[in-house]
Amino acid sequence: MELGIYSFGDVQRDAATGELGSTAQATRNLLEAIQLADQVGLDYFGIGEHHTREMPASAATVILGAAASSTSTIKLGSAVTVLSTDDPVRVYQQFATLDAVSNGRAEITAGRGSSTESFPLFGQSLNDYDELYAEKLDLLLKINESETVTWSGKFRPALNDALVVPRPERGTLPIWLATGGNPHSSVRAGLLGLPISYAIIGGQAHRFAPLADLYRRAAEQTGHGPEKIKVSVASPGFVGDDAKRAKDFFWTHWHAVMEQIGRIRGFAPPPRFHYDTEASGAGALFVGHPEEIAERIVTLHKSIGHQRQFFQTDVGQMPHRDFLRSIELLGTRVKPLVDAELGKRQRETDEATAHA
Amino acid sequence: MHKVAILGAGRVGTALARRALSAGYEVRVATSRPAADNAFMLQIVAPGAIAAGAEEAIAESDIIVLALPLSKYRTLKPELLQGKIVVDTMNYWAPTDGTLAEFEGAASSSEVVQRFLKGTRLVRSFNHMGYHEIEDAARPQGHAERRAMAVAGDDPEANLVVAAFVDRLGFDPVLSGGLASSRLFAGGTPIFGAAMTRGEMEENLGLSSENLV
Ligand SMILES: NC(=O)c1ccc[n+]([C@@H]2O[C@H](COP(=O)([O-])OP(=O)(O)OC[C@H]3O[C@@H](n4cnc5c(N)ncnc54)[C@H](OP(=O)(O)O)[C@@H]3O)[C@@H](O)[C@H]2O)c1
Repeated sequence: MELGIYSFGDVQRDAATGELGSTAQATRNLLEAIQLADQVGLDYFGIGEHHTREMPASAATVILGAAASSTSTIKLGSAVTVLSTDDPVRVYQQFATLDAVSNGRAEITAGRGSSTESFPLFGQSLNDYDELYAEKLDLLLKINESETVTWSGKFRPALNDALVVPRPERGTLPIWLATGGNPHSSVRAGLLGLPISYAIIGGQAHRFAPLADLYRRAAEQTGHGPEKIKVSVASPGFVGDDAKRAKDFFWTHWHAVMEQIGRIRGFAPPPRFHYDTEASGAGALFVGHPEEIAERIVTLHKSIGHQRQFFQTDVGQMPHRDFLRSIELLGTRVKPLVDAELGKRQRETDEATAHA
Repeated sequence: MHKVAILGAGRVGTALARRALSAGYEVRVATSRPAADNAFMLQIVAPGAIAAGAEEAIAESDIIVLALPLSKYRTLKPELLQGKIVVDTMNYWAPTDGTLAEFEGAASSSEVVQRFLKGTRLVRSFNHMGYHEIEDAARPQGHAERRAMAVAGDDPEANLVVAAFVDRLGFDPVLSGGLASSRLFAGGTPIFGAAMTRGEMEENLGLSSENLV
């Protein structure tokens, strides 16, 4: 199982003065976080496009491009690219360039995302959301299939035998579809034979198991081979040396974000007991000490069978050192435990099938 | 009153379908696509639910639940819903629905929906709870942690039918009054997104015990 991190590039708050740090510093901190994730053996780092003072990661490929030259094995992707307000040709060129400079480590995840600031910024209307997304995804996939593209649509000038370069060394780029749980998105990804990424950010995580099943069956019915079919899970998560301290610590930051979002969206931020339920057992918040997190990932794997899980850690203006410590623990402590347990299970299944 | 049609098969629609099925209702689910397009999906995510076209689902059912994006409410056909008990779970949220002039500044989106769906017995409910909680938080009657669900509508009989539906799905129904009172549990109110018991919600709504189901 691949483990990783995703971030919206959150700025940090100075604990002593209470001041919000600069967006430039946050960008450099993010780069450092990716480098550490690579050093401790994590498999994936994703940057989620946002355009706010608190979350300034608006140009993911630039940061990932910088990371490409100072990392060696970690996969570098978006989580997510807000495709609806971007030009698929430009998105593809940027990620294909990232792929070249990283020796084949670039990935795109397309989705609705939790951010809508890009709509007014780039002059698109949210009223066109579904149509924009469908059309742009269609073009992005076409470009991935061949270097010359002929295409026409409603929101972008037509392309006639247009050359889109550079090309990825492996032929195509992995393009994941992100979904928050609408079943039709699972069907769509399955029919297209694209890997799927579930954003499980609240409630009981295993409720996504039927959706993963739906995705796999849709892919199977369409005749897509198992090598194309991959499931990843993105969740909030924080690993600390001590379980109670980790839960108390993450609570303050998670709660701060929920308050911010709640103010905008008009809902009451969840109380502590609600957080405690979700930060344990089958809940969607992976917060705790390494053994606990490893065990919960393995348990979720039993129901969803995912190939990758990655965590959003640096929420609510979390101090950078705590973010880094969590990355380190995820790589050095959680990952070996998960690998060992899933490896053991795999051997048991292999033996059982061999004896059957 | 044991047949339910759910219009919308997204997060809310499928969660409600599963809850209603396990509560023993006969459930039909329809979207803007033909029934055949949803059959396979429903078989896996809501086994037992019948994939139907909107017209058939509405005609066959006693309770119709609107679980589609509010931005699509004008695609509903008012003539099909005449006289029907209709539960409105929809909220207006411009960053996902796009800006819709008629909902900007409207205290209760349901009143706007009722004006469009003339002749239906519209009741607002389920809108103030996150979709996953419709499943995770459902509890049997009398359970100490059972949560309250607000119910508002202008047709007293329809309100009672929806209250019984809410109850069977695992929540304590709290009648807040006419449809206009649904503004008391719209986005931005203390009820929206909060976990409240019946007593807490009644207190929040300033209800005396006569109003209660
Ligand atoms: N998400 C929540 O936690 C939550 C909580 C309470 C209330 N709500 C409200 O519940 C509603 C649904 O939200 P959601 O999160 O479930 O949305 P969603 O996942 O996007 O699903 C929307 C569903 O509506 C269907 N649909 C679209 N047009 C339709 C039509 N004309 N007739 C029938 N079905 C149609 C869509 O399918 P097709 O496009 O294939 O037709 C899709 O299955 C929204 O109004 C929202 O405000 C949401």
